[in-house]
Amino acid sequence: MNAKFLGAVGTFAVAALLAGPAAADKTKIDFWFGNSGDIAKRVQEQCDRFNASQTDYEVVCTSQGSYDASLQNTIAAFRAGQQPTIAQVSDAGTLDIMLSGAYYPANKLMTDMGYTVDWKDYFSGIASYYATSKGEMYSFPFNSSTALMYWNKDAFAKIGKDHAPATWEEAAADFKALKSAGYACPLGFNISRDEVWQLEEQFNAIHGEPIATKQNGYEGLDAELIFNKGKWVQFVRDLKGWYDNGEAVLKSKETGQTFVEAFANGDCQVILTSVGDHGNIGRTAKEGMNWDVAMLPVYEGTERKSSFVGGASLWVLAGKSDAEYKGAAAFFDFIAKPEEALTWSTVTGYIPVRNSGFEYLNEQGFYGKAPYKGRELAIQSLTASPADDVAPHGIRLGGLLQIRQEVSNGLQAIFIKNEDVQASLDTAAQRGNQILRKFEQTYAGKTLP
Amino acid sequence: MEKRATFSSTTIGLLFAAPMLVLIFVFFYWPSGQALYWAFTLEQPWGGGNTWVGLQNFRQLLMDPYYWGAISRSMVFGLGSTSIAMGVALLLALFTDREMRGHKAYRSVFIWPYAIAAPALGLAFRFILAPEAGFLSLINQIWPGLWNPAMDGTDAMIAVIIAFSWKYIGYNFIFFLSALQSIPRSLIEAAAMDGSGPMRRMWDIQLPLLTPTLFFLLVINITESFQDSFGIVDIMTQGGPARATELMVYKIYFDGFKGLDYSGAAAQSIILMGLVVLLTIVQFRFVERRVHYK
Repeated sequence: MNAKFLGAVGTFAVAALLAGPAAADKTKIDFWFGNSGDIAKRVQEQCDRFNASQTDYEVVCTSQGSYDASLQNTIAAFRAGQQPTIAQVSDAGTLDIMLSGAYYPANKLMTDMGYTVDWKDYFSGIASYYATSKGEMYSFPFNSSTALMYWNKDAFAKIGKDHAPATWEEAAADFKALKSAGYACPLGFNISRDEVWQLEEQFNAIHGEPIATKQNGYEGLDAELIFNKGKWVQFVRDLKGWYDNGEAVLKSKETGQTFVEAFANGDCQVILTSVGDHGNIGRTAKEGMNWDVAMLPVYEGTERKSSFVGGASLWVLAGKSDAEYKGAAAFFDFIAKPEEALTWSTVTGYIPVRNSGFEYLNEQGFYGKAPYKGRELAIQSLTASPADDVAPHGIRLGGLLQIRQEVSNGLQAIFIKNEDVQASLDTAAQRGNQILRKFEQTYAGKTLP
Repeated sequence: MEKRATFSSTTIGLLFAAPMLVLIFVFFYWPSGQALYWAFTLEQPWGGGNTWVGLQNFRQLLMDPYYWGAISRSMVFGLGSTSIAMGVALLLALFTDREMRGHKAYRSVFIWPYAIAAPALGLAFRFILAPEAGFLSLINQIWPGLWNPAMDGTDAMIAVIIAFSWKYIGYNFIFFLSALQSIPRSLIEAAAMDGSGPMRRMWDIQLPLLTPTLFFLLVINITESFQDSFGIVDIMTQGGPARATELMVYKIYFDGFKGLDYSGAAAQSIILMGLVVLLTIVQFRFVERRVHYK
């Protein structure tokens, strides 16, 4: 009798296992993200791997085309009560969602769903960029990058150098030498809104210079922009000098070739861009061209600090069911696996966000292999300062995209219309402060978590 | 006596009109009302609430010299693109109406640009007009530095005006052509028999009879140039270089959709709406006087 019973149970169990993948009672959760093109394909692959790895949940991943569009669509959906469970929000949208109350904090979600997450495992620079002022994680760092200097080894060999400049003084001499050696574009750069990130924010980060008061905004919505008062002003002057001498050249979509394309094509010898472009440049570089990456230079006598992380983090939105939250937690648990970090960093240029992932990649010899070599510099750059360093670890400013636009407008006035450096940057900061005050007023009565 | 079907009670009439009224309300008046409300508040993007601030948003905008810059640039853009789009379309229509070689093909081909989405159009023109790599880079090889929309604000403005006009030439062309074809042939033939040449006939007969169409297209083109240009600007210049192509509608798009400043964008929309209404009134008051409908 007993044996029969057990046999029946066993049969049922086997049947259930077999029927599992086909069962219709999977919980579906939506995940909206902003990456497009090749990266979107890689995100999709990650979703497919998660769906294949278990049978309880199905994550439906949809690219919205860009960070801005994804945020816009998510907000519209949230206001209509049709929001996805997981949404990717880039650095520029972080403060708005943090103040909105429209989310389920990541740390609370994982505890509630019975997962233990070692939050200390995240690289401190990455974690603190997205953490609250009290160090709590409300979202999961996802695609993370930072800026590096890409340099053409062949061109540098012509001027008798085998290493990239470590200081801006050295870089200035190199640009001059490259120019005299006949190179038309020693440094390729652009000053549009999307490039303010590497030219201004990263510069201030690694020099330990504040962009705004109140720890770049982490300690209050009443922060004020002060990037127009520090070392960065000198950098803009120097850059303008190189530009006027023809040692730095503006390269953009509008001129017909972006600086990344110009570098890959061998037309420009040095560029500053995200480590996320490492894979792309590797694939598109001119046949036989020797190139490498280095950390962004600092001015002589400056102690190098951590650079800021770029990219986006994943937020869980409020107003979904328990089952959906369980699915979201399972998804986060899945993508945190070191094996996933390896696949992710292999197929994209993004860096692992956790120490364990980085160590796993190191054990696998990832950073020793040809196409990936050099990407470890991004981690080195992100973790340059000691963990207890008091410098700000990120930017927490409202209307960040509009502020970048003001900085970009200021730079364009300087480079294209030859307006005074200090006056233009003062105007940019002053107009940026108006944006900040309006933001503060919009969220009057709310305190920064 | 004309026969008419009438409704005995207003209720039935209203009921028949109701579906359309609901549509108009939901898609036009409701959003406009919402924008009007937001313009006087500070709205949190995620919907956490808003605060009434009265005229603050408008005051900030109107005291900002750069915003006045955007208004005058929009005027330049509107006048520039409207005159090019209508002038070229009229010329093409007059030629086609005279049955120049290939006129049948033009008739169907010229409407195509209007069907192209603004971002795709912007992408194409950004490439064509790029100073280093595009088709126009030839100009720079002959006269270095003559054409550079990436660095020169005037060139950038010309570039977006050309792209926008190109789209509306086809649209205007169709209207002009059908208007030309509805002009009685007998009038033109009579004039020809009296010994007037093609130019004189165009000037004295066709153009005066075209004025209703000219006026209609003028209103439409001005209105569209104020509203429909943000996609082209976004792709081609992002409002640059140094704000040279920052039009009112692009600023609305950027502040609202990218910067999440819903209230600022709403206030700008109200100002833009007011300006377009004002321009339309001016056109009806002063230009329409010269229009002969029959």
